[in-house]
Amino acid sequence: MPKLSSARLTAQSHFRTLRLGTPFQPRIDALMKTNDWYDWGGYRAPASLWDEELEYFAIRSQAALFDISPMVKYRIEGPDGEDFLNRVTLRDVAKLKSGRVHYTAWCDDEGYVLDDGTLFRLAPDRFRLCCQERHLPWLLDSAIGFDVSVLEETEAVAGLALQGPTSVAVLREAGFAGVERLKVFDLAEFPHEGGRVTISRTGFTGDLGYELFAPAELALSLWDRLWKAGELRGIRAIGYTALNRARLEAGLIVANADFVTAEHAIRPDRVRMPDEIGLGFMVDLEKGHFNGRRAIAQARAKGSMRHVLVGLEIEGNIPAEHAIVYHKQKKEVGLVSAAIWSPMAKRNIALASLSRPYGDTITDDLWVEIYAMRELRYERLMKRARIVPRPFIKLDRRTASPPADF
Amino acid sequence: MTSFDAIVIGGGHNGLVAAATLGKSGRKVLVLEAAGEVGGAARTEEFAPGFRVSSAHLLNRLHPEVMKTLELERHGLSFGPIAPSVALSRDGNPLTLHGAYGETLTGTSASEQAAWQEFRAQLLRYAGILKPLLARRPPDLGNMSLMESSAFAMTGLSLRRLGKEDMRDFLRMLLMNVSDVADEHLADDRLKGLLAFDATLGSHLGPRSPTSLLGLYYRLAGEISGQPGAQALPAGGMGAVIAAILSAAKSAGVGVRTDAPAMKILIERGRAAGVVLDSGEEIRAKTVISAINPRSTFIDLVGTRELDTGFVRRIKNIRMKGNVAKLHLALDRPPEFSGVDATGHRGRLVIAPSSDHVERAFNPAKYGEFSPEPVMEITLPSLADTSLAPDGACVLSAVVQYAPYALKEGWETGKPKFLKAIMAQLELYAPGIGKLVRHAELLTPADIETRYRMPGGHWHHGELQADQMMMSRPAFGASGYDTPIDGLYLCGAGSHPGGGISGVPGLNAARRIIEMRG
Amino acid sequence: MKKWDAIVIGAGHNGLVNACYLQRAGLDVLVVEKNDWIGGAAVSRSLTPGFLYSNCSYVCSLFRPEIMRDLELPRFGLQVISYEGGAVFTRDGDYLANYRDHHAHRREFARFSARDAEAYDRYARDVTRQCRFIQPLLMRTAPDPTSFRPRDISELLYLGKKFAGLGAAEMADTLRFWTMSISDFLDEYFETDVIKANFALSGIIGTALGPMSPGTAYVLLHHYMGEVDGSVGAWGYARGGMGAVTKALADSFRASGGTIRTGAEVEQVLVRSGKARGLVLADGEEIYGNLVISNADVKRTFLKLVEEKELPEIFLRRVKNFKMRGSSGKVNIALDSLPEFPALPKDSPCYRGDMHFTDSVERMERGYDDWKAGRWSADPFLDMVIPTTLDPTMAPPGKHFMSCFVQYCPPKVEGRDWTDADRDAFGETVISQIADYSPGFRDRIVHMEVRTPRELEAEVGLTEGNIFQGELTFDQLLFNRPVPGYAQYRSPVDGLYMCGSSTHPGGGVMGAPGRNAAAEILRDLSRGTKHMSPAHDVI
Repeated sequence: MPKLSSARLTAQSHFRTLRLGTPFQPRIDALMKTNDWYDWGGYRAPASLWDEELEYFAIRSQAALFDISPMVKYRIEGPDGEDFLNRVTLRDVAKLKSGRVHYTAWCDDEGYVLDDGTLFRLAPDRFRLCCQERHLPWLLDSAIGFDVSVLEETEAVAGLALQGPTSVAVLREAGFAGVERLKVFDLAEFPHEGGRVTISRTGFTGDLGYELFAPAELALSLWDRLWKAGELRGIRAIGYTALNRARLEAGLIVANADFVTAEHAIRPDRVRMPDEIGLGFMVDLEKGHFNGRRAIAQARAKGSMRHVLVGLEIEGNIPAEHAIVYHKQKKEVGLVSAAIWSPMAKRNIALASLSRPYGDTITDDLWVEIYAMRELRYERLMKRARIVPRPFIKLDRRTASPPADF
Repeated sequence: MTSFDAIVIGGGHNGLVAAATLGKSGRKVLVLEAAGEVGGAARTEEFAPGFRVSSAHLLNRLHPEVMKTLELERHGLSFGPIAPSVALSRDGNPLTLHGAYGETLTGTSASEQAAWQEFRAQLLRYAGILKPLLARRPPDLGNMSLMESSAFAMTGLSLRRLGKEDMRDFLRMLLMNVSDVADEHLADDRLKGLLAFDATLGSHLGPRSPTSLLGLYYRLAGEISGQPGAQALPAGGMGAVIAAILSAAKSAGVGVRTDAPAMKILIERGRAAGVVLDSGEEIRAKTVISAINPRSTFIDLVGTRELDTGFVRRIKNIRMKGNVAKLHLALDRPPEFSGVDATGHRGRLVIAPSSDHVERAFNPAKYGEFSPEPVMEITLPSLADTSLAPDGACVLSAVVQYAPYALKEGWETGKPKFLKAIMAQLELYAPGIGKLVRHAELLTPADIETRYRMPGGHWHHGELQADQMMMSRPAFGASGYDTPIDGLYLCGAGSHPGGGISGVPGLNAARRIIEMRG
Repeated sequence: MKKWDAIVIGAGHNGLVNACYLQRAGLDVLVVEKNDWIGGAAVSRSLTPGFLYSNCSYVCSLFRPEIMRDLELPRFGLQVISYEGGAVFTRDGDYLANYRDHHAHRREFARFSARDAEAYDRYARDVTRQCRFIQPLLMRTAPDPTSFRPRDISELLYLGKKFAGLGAAEMADTLRFWTMSISDFLDEYFETDVIKANFALSGIIGTALGPMSPGTAYVLLHHYMGEVDGSVGAWGYARGGMGAVTKALADSFRASGGTIRTGAEVEQVLVRSGKARGLVLADGEEIYGNLVISNADVKRTFLKLVEEKELPEIFLRRVKNFKMRGSSGKVNIALDSLPEFPALPKDSPCYRGDMHFTDSVERMERGYDDWKAGRWSADPFLDMVIPTTLDPTMAPPGKHFMSCFVQYCPPKVEGRDWTDADRDAFGETVISQIADYSPGFRDRIVHMEVRTPRELEAEVGLTEGNIFQGELTFDQLLFNRPVPGYAQYRSPVDGLYMCGSSTHPGGGVMGAPGRNAAAEILRDLSRGTKHMSPAHDVI
């Protein structure tokens, strides 16, 4: 047992607050009008703050602030940092230059996805991994034989997503000089209140946007700096409901919503390989050994992968959330994991997991069965569904460099 | 740069058996041995001027198929007489098991003898059911249903042959503790103590630990000269076993390099490609076979970078902290154990006065402390092979339990204390023995680890307990001699069925490689 | 002379469950109980004015919801109140709490180890997988692997199929899990002593094994099988004490027309021409019935109540070899006020749950070493609860009832019978452990009852005081419980059945043996079992 410390004793009191506030909580509390909270990894997070429709439009036409502090964060540091991450994750970290970010995923021995997340290369031998689930034992055990340290820093680091067409203007206005030079997936450090804030041109909306990370103690002043600068650029705080629409339009998947992570799956058939959830592009069989490599290569060779994740466009306008997907209206071939009417694309869109060969070689004559509860009655609709490429909307402003000033 | 079809890392008996078998199949094989001579723990070494001994001191399971495949008799191996086991007693009234594991008993009541004969027959019958499982490659989980596996089907069949009630008793007893089972049949503490000792020898279990009966089945599944449960010393000592296997290997064209410790197994694009020696020399082969401990193989020689994290976890989770110390005494003359006759002295002498005594000896081992009253099996190898000791003098070799590898106080200070505790026990059973000691060598598990490069000082290369047997030996992903690395195989005691001088892991691994065209 | 359709020996929870199901199937059932009260080991007894003691079993965790529903136990007053937390006190003045909230649970572990905090999910997943694998077995009769009967073969195939459905890696884990010690199992997940001790306790409660004994990982499941998928192993108090469980069963039984006779000790089971015909009571009275079902343990039933000549030799040998060494004691305490534990904040929910003082696996195992040597543990493992923090019906206002389950406590003291002085010394060992963590504890004690295996055997009739009516080791599980060849609730005597915890799936206030036995009896009578809910789905 670790030695009794005053820190351990002080920490006893956590049982009195089951849902923690994030470092931004005072600001969010002040803006919260709906009292619509949800539990994000043990934090009290807003599902919406004032109007979920308008919060969504803030993402698409103004600048939206979303608190991402509850994201699980690990600091990975040491001379073997790159080798270690190459062994753990799917993509080639040697190709990730310092000052860059990439979206990646990692698997267990059987090649099943443990999680996806973003990897920030803060310096040649310093990284930050952001993800949905917790992986410390896995990361530590993966570090055996590598000169690297892994530290969990979720509480210590505050995070904010600033997304939307005016986001670059807000940042510039706030005095983050040179921020407009950041290309998509670039990151840079900027001074703030005697400390530093890391700004990356990343996000979860498919729009122009940035993510900011700062030590928890700088959180409130950072918020205030952005808020003040954004006053004339339509800055709004938003909750998850709005963000979820934007991410779906962007065709992005969420762990344990669109697929079950391997360490949480209780039923043996619920786990997924990267190729089964649209992440096959990450798998780099040329870079040397990584966790799950043999299993994935073998499954590919044998053609034994059983599922595929697809984007669907569904006729009509009724969202098909958790609807069953049929072939020829008869054979059950999959399940919709997320669906909305896209206000931006004006299309009825969905993400679905299908059993191969459906969605793979058989792609026509697909249907979804929607049970829409209307005034205590299910309106049952059988609607045609078409497999379409993701993202469902593609916004040039997301990648334009330099970003346009709106 | 030389090139071979196969390289075997580790020149212990399993490595040599694998190499010889592969050599006979026409492959060009090289054995790499880190020490100055092959043989591993079965090699014979001088421990005091003029006194020689080998760490392994008895044969009870050298497998007949190994004997046959390698024609070991033709290569000079022959056994001495079947050695008795003597359960020593402090009052000079020992109990002796004659023949193959007590075909007859002396030193106990007629009723106990009758009970023993019935119980012995039952034990041998049940061990016989497990025998085919211990001789074959364990089935693959997943690839086929368990029932399809031939070994399992064989076991099922032999089970059916038992008859219903016998089969029921077999299934009930399978995972029981040895102490309860012995209590159900026997009354004599010495006899029950001996069974308790044999069942737990070499493992981190006490006789009252559930599953400890498996250890006795494992022992009784061995045979010598077709006699199940028997034990013997080879003519010429343990060194003669190694000499015979080595001779078989050499005549099959196997090359042997000693003083050649491996530093690394070469992996190229996920495939084994050869071995790099400590010297930096690189030797290439398309098949690499490791006879050394699985943890050393994967963590040190392969390296974690070539392996998946879950597999590394499983390898790290293999329990392999030894509990056995080895005592070598150079004595002025043969000792006299109270009440033991001349034949007895040439057999195996066991200090384990009761099952409870063995259990009490085990207790401290759980907490990293040695037994204050250790239990042990003793042989006097120089009585059979006089070349091992100067004229008139005597070698005493004892396997002593429990001596936990990770002794809390550390072996530096613990060792002299433990030696004292052992000598105190010996003195009780062979009064005056202390005065005969010219030199004493005590190998703790830490010493055994260093000397024989056996992590944890564990001769099974990993606890031989139910959860580390069969498909779980040494770990899922590396059972059945295959490994996650193509072209890399295991053939040591860490693989199924486990340790002891049987040669089965070596033989099975070689057969697997031939089957896989490696 | 009246002839009952069935007579059940013993009004413990399994006897009553069995009787309820038979009565509801239309049989005329009599339950005979030796004590003047009913309940067996699930009782609430008033031993000092104003207090009710759950003086044997003390926690309601495993009782099958299917049985509660079938027998309408909520209607007959049964209410189970969940623990709100739990804690292990550490010797350094801190504690490790178990909170129901997932994130609080993680943050609590993080006070001790960042790694262990994040290891819990995988641990919970793996244990849940194992629970899901074996939970359906609880409510099924164990198939006989030596039999060629179609029913046994199809049950074996069912198990084989379940196993084969696991996937290779999980199959390997399952094979290992069943024979591992809880200590080795936990070592593969956690690094902190107190966290391991916190989980290990479920691997030893009620067993004659230490946490380092192979097989104890399985025992963990036995205690976790209360629920799957939801909160793993939810434990709670029965309002009004554990007697409320058996009272509800008895009321349900009577409401469906059943009869209970208390103060009726059975002397012998009447057997004529190899068939059970009824009972002889201790006072010589004979009661006749077509069926006799014994809720007593297998040793008591066949070595005391049935004449040796009626039983095959091999069966007798196996019954004699059945292991049921008691390993636990019980200290029940009436307190004039709520004890204070300075280490635990006053507003902690852990007061309303199970509390422990054993903060390492080694301490638990050393306690077991004492037991093996025939002594009670000098530093025992306590499972301590104060039900009155959630249930005011068990003590006068402001006063409290505390139940301490104590392990290990041997059936005999160094080979001889227990004496009153031994018992008192054992009680003192327990009190002094509590007092180390709770200043002023002794002064709050109003009344105390100390129960060793001797008392458990004398009063409840549990041979050697074994609370599970037989140890939970591999050789005594499934088709081996209680003895090979008779693991399907029947006995060598026609018309004589077993329904106690000596039978599959074993002990704990679960009710499954009583229910499963009823299903077999009704099958033999070719009666329907439509009034028995099938086992809950595990999907």
